[in-house]
Amino acid sequence: MKFKLMVTALILMSCESASYTTSYDNAPTQPTPLKSGTEFLTPETRALQSDSFANPAFLWVDRGETLFFQTPISGQACSNCHTESVRPLKDSATQFPKFNSKTQTLFNLEAQINYCRVTYQQEPQLAYETEDLLALTAYTASRSKGRPLTVAVTQETESNFKNGRDYFFTRRGQMNFSCTQCHDRHWGQKLRGDTISQGHGNGFPAYRLEWESLGSLHRRLSDCDRGVRAEPLPLGSQTYIDLEFYLAVRATGLAVETPAIRR
Amino acid sequence: MANNIRIAAPKTVRKGEVIELKTLIQHAMESGYRVDKRGEPIPRKILQKFECFYDDTLIFEAEFHRGVAANPFLTFYTRAENSGILKFRYTEETGEIFEDSVEITVK
Repeated sequence: MKFKLMVTALILMSCESASYTTSYDNAPTQPTPLKSGTEFLTPETRALQSDSFANPAFLWVDRGETLFFQTPISGQACSNCHTESVRPLKDSATQFPKFNSKTQTLFNLEAQINYCRVTYQQEPQLAYETEDLLALTAYTASRSKGRPLTVAVTQETESNFKNGRDYFFTRRGQMNFSCTQCHDRHWGQKLRGDTISQGHGNGFPAYRLEWESLGSLHRRLSDCDRGVRAEPLPLGSQTYIDLEFYLAVRATGLAVETPAIRR
Repeated sequence: MANNIRIAAPKTVRKGEVIELKTLIQHAMESGYRVDKRGEPIPRKILQKFECFYDDTLIFEAEFHRGVAANPFLTFYTRAENSGILKFRYTEETGEIFEDSVEITVK
């Protein structure tokens, strides 16, 4: 009886902080109301993000634009395949991570860029978190700025979704925390000096003030893992891509904000 | 990566108008206080000076120190007297120079 009371009390405690919905099919838990990371920023940082000149993330977007139109030795620039009318960049980033039917794997934007480089440009892959890959990702994603995310679970991506969801709900590290504990149940509350966000990836690659640089979502995820003292996964690993996929489905309703500023 | 410079300046202005000039440069402004993954100190490497020339006349300069954050951003003003070229020059403490320029037309 005592135990039952305690359990009830614990459940009540976890419910009072923020409302969230749970479902057991292919729907993610989605915090309500849905709030992008921007809403957790100070007015000054928000102003910096919306200033298309002063926002330092545009240094990478500019660089990405140059690379996009640059012709490699093979003669195939990105802009040769992606024009305004054929395979346009507009809205393309809203669909990522996306299933690639040729390789039968789930691609995030970085993986897609590297696939294009190897397959169509005969160029070597760019390593994760290199300036050039960040720049290209930032530029391509920024073409979809303001457009709503349209990632949905299909038959092919169901296992990826489940893997990502498992990662989100699994406790890990010395702190023994799972993503859901902070980002579904305690968003809006304080973690030391910071306000916990809902953990959406719609602004990435983003300029993080802590990094003083642009960084990918995977770098952010590995920071979260390190924060709970878990061993981070390698950037670009399949599990991180699956988690990115889960997060994108979970963020349905939000718009792409790249290049965003985050704390 | 090349040190990208962004410049915001009006293209055409009226004579005598006070114009706002903004510039942002990509630079790590490595303070010398940080260590890398192996615990080795990262050597200090910062931008030391910024100068803006209006047709070769120095109109604005700034000194940077190691407290300045990465990717410094500056805003300043000048009076547009004649059409000409505005040159933005950053000098790193290694002596390396990063430069870019824009043209303004006075109507």
